[in-house]
Amino acid sequence: MDTNQYLEVFIDESNEHLQSCSESLLVLEQNPDNIEIVNDIFRNAHTLKGMSATMGFEDIADLTHKMENVLDAIRNHKIQVTAELLDVVFESVDHLEEMVSDISNGGDGKKDVTQTVEKLKRLESGESIENIETVVAAPSETVTEVAESKLIFDDFEQTVLEQSMEQGFSAYEINISLREDCLLKAARVYMVFEILEKLGEVIKSTPTVEKLEEEKFDTDFSVAFVTKENQDDLKQKLMKVSEVDVVNVQPVQLKKMEMPSDIEEKKVEEVAAVETPKPTPTKATPTKTEAPKTVKNNNSSKTIRVNIERLDILMNLFEELVIDRGRLQSISMELNHNELNDTVERMTRVSGDLQNIILNMRMVPVETVFNRFPKMVRQLSRDLKKKINLEIIGAETELDRTVIDEIGDPLVHLIRNALDHGIESPEERLAAGKPETGSVELRAYHSGNHVFIEIEDDGAGIDRERVLQKAISKGVVTEEASHSMTDNQINELILASGFSTAEVISDVSGRGVGLDVVKSTIESLGGSISIESEHGKGSLFSIQLPLTLSIISVMLVEIEKEVYAVPLSSIIETSIIKRSDILNAHNQKVIDFRGKVVPLVFLDEIFEVPREDYEDDGFLSVVLVRKGDRIAGLVVDSFIGQQEIVLKSLGNYLTNVFAISGATILGNGQVALIVDCNALIK
Amino acid sequence: MTELLDTEVVKVIVFQLGDKEYAIPVSQVQGIEKTVFITRVPSTVHYVKGVINLRGVVTPIIDLRERFGIHSDVQGEDTRIIIISYADMEVGLIVDAANDVMDLPKNAIEPQPEVVGSLEEEFIAGVAKIDKRLLILLNLEKVLNTLK
Repeated sequence: MDTNQYLEVFIDESNEHLQSCSESLLVLEQNPDNIEIVNDIFRNAHTLKGMSATMGFEDIADLTHKMENVLDAIRNHKIQVTAELLDVVFESVDHLEEMVSDISNGGDGKKDVTQTVEKLKRLESGESIENIETVVAAPSETVTEVAESKLIFDDFEQTVLEQSMEQGFSAYEINISLREDCLLKAARVYMVFEILEKLGEVIKSTPTVEKLEEEKFDTDFSVAFVTKENQDDLKQKLMKVSEVDVVNVQPVQLKKMEMPSDIEEKKVEEVAAVETPKPTPTKATPTKTEAPKTVKNNNSSKTIRVNIERLDILMNLFEELVIDRGRLQSISMELNHNELNDTVERMTRVSGDLQNIILNMRMVPVETVFNRFPKMVRQLSRDLKKKINLEIIGAETELDRTVIDEIGDPLVHLIRNALDHGIESPEERLAAGKPETGSVELRAYHSGNHVFIEIEDDGAGIDRERVLQKAISKGVVTEEASHSMTDNQINELILASGFSTAEVISDVSGRGVGLDVVKSTIESLGGSISIESEHGKGSLFSIQLPLTLSIISVMLVEIEKEVYAVPLSSIIETSIIKRSDILNAHNQKVIDFRGKVVPLVFLDEIFEVPREDYEDDGFLSVVLVRKGDRIAGLVVDSFIGQQEIVLKSLGNYLTNVFAISGATILGNGQVALIVDCNALIK
Repeated sequence: MTELLDTEVVKVIVFQLGDKEYAIPVSQVQGIEKTVFITRVPSTVHYVKGVINLRGVVTPIIDLRERFGIHSDVQGEDTRIIIISYADMEVGLIVDAANDVMDLPKNAIEPQPEVVGSLEEEFIAGVAKIDKRLLILLNLEKVLNTLK
């Protein structure tokens, strides 16, 4: 079956199922007795198994199958939900996520998960997983114990072995050790396999054949082998291969099946899943519970899946329309024809509504980014041995998809930072009179034309003294400059590049190369980040983001014959001042604006606008813009007016043009450049 | 310019710049436009004339004369902008005239002669002599390079 066309759907749905798996797992952790949640996870795992088997991703199917067995055992009250068990299930979900992401990156979704599989198996049979790591991770330690089997069979291999035994073959486990000084290990392996293949059939080898061929093993390897030869002959033949040190042949001990019939059933089911193109193999297993059937019906709200590319195309087409709308508006103004004016006005209104709808369609709840954090925090707090409670507020807040795509990594970084550097260890917290469990709050909310995302922790806060010392020693600021800095300015030093206050570099958060990337990513999205912090009480990182990136309101200004666009979001107001009001501070021209000293930026100088005959009428048009709490006045020739424009990039050839963040197309078809106010305010 | 070597004939666009004729493989050409209003982009290199609106896409424009160091300001009736696409970049090149589309036999292309002696030497991928015309094949990578 050609499965390629389903691949995209498979990846999407797998990710969804895995996501809901991990969400449910987190809930389960809080309510270990709630079987309903286990059922949920089971259903997700089951669907995933069916899909992956259909698509031919055996490793995923296999791992989910094992996971499902454990979940099934929980459902049937055979085993209890323990922290240990959840860890293993989480681990499996992690592996599955990696496999799926491998597939979406064009890989084959294969991954060696033997250890996890073994843990799952032990869990299923109610054994402890305590000692498993040593057994599986270091098989060489057990080499001398002949009785210990080094081969672990999955269901398929088990069945093959059983069947061949029924047909009168003997199954042996052969452990072969090559001599320490063996030079051509791969060649010896090849010779051994050649002999074996003449005599019977190799069912499995550990390490895998690929690894053996690449010499990725020590000196020992094991194979499971079915043959009609007897044990001693086999051994002698193998010993003839030179440089083979020890050969151990012993009959395979198949594990006692607790529920052989159950396994048979599952076998059938798996086969069915492979052969039938249906994503859920429920029909092949009449003995299964009804649960999986309900999966599809869950998505009953009336939505359709639209490829994001189509939405992008729709958006592009609409952008064209907005440009033409601008052109029509200017034509109708010139002509001043009543009916034309009416029509254009109507069209403007309709297209305005259309714009809202299209922009809304591209809005995605931040939940899609936030939902990976609970698991991350859980894992990290374990790694860091801290007790942390993550609270998410406003996950339903919507943001443009382009922003969503970009904001994930910076948020991950900030949260890691809060966990690693912010929240103290339980002992320190108790000593400081705080509750043992630290809290991190992740908030998202709308405000005006912006979305705010805040990360607040009640941890140690920023030690401004240390930050300053560090910044001075690293040359980020000068000693003199440091005296006049405000608290917030000092806080923001931690966002400067080459800065890291953690004395011990940890894997968790950065080497001081992260927070500055966070800052630049956010700024490239047209947003800003600010930090509030009180030493000993905690910190608040606040990110302000624009609602959308594609259509923005700007103020068009003119310098000589050139038109520039200044984003309305950074404009405070416009003003006309007398040239005589300009004051000189050092080399900087400033004005006194409502009691504040505001530096002036002459755009014609910055942009090297060719001046012909410039008439100075004694007045200047100034656009007052802000970046954070700093203000500057942009001097232009004249204001044209406010307009909605479509943001376009300058392309891949012109990158990093100073103080220009992009371009737009005006009503007359010409290109106007968008002024990057952030670059103009130092 | 590997595709030059793979095929027997290469289809090229021939354009005029000063008194010489240049060629770019058709596969790298997106279109040929008449000159339109160019918006100047401040603080870029001198040969980047600015950007134009190419059917809704903001496209940077390079003045090939400036790029090759041929200083003159002839903007005639025939002046064209050749839109090329190379390594994810779409860029327009201002040329004096777009003359021809022709098939260049692969074996007619020779490496550039050692003594060309002009400033644009480094931008040349090879030369081809067809009848009595000498066509200079441009190395687009070099032409676009320095800005990266």
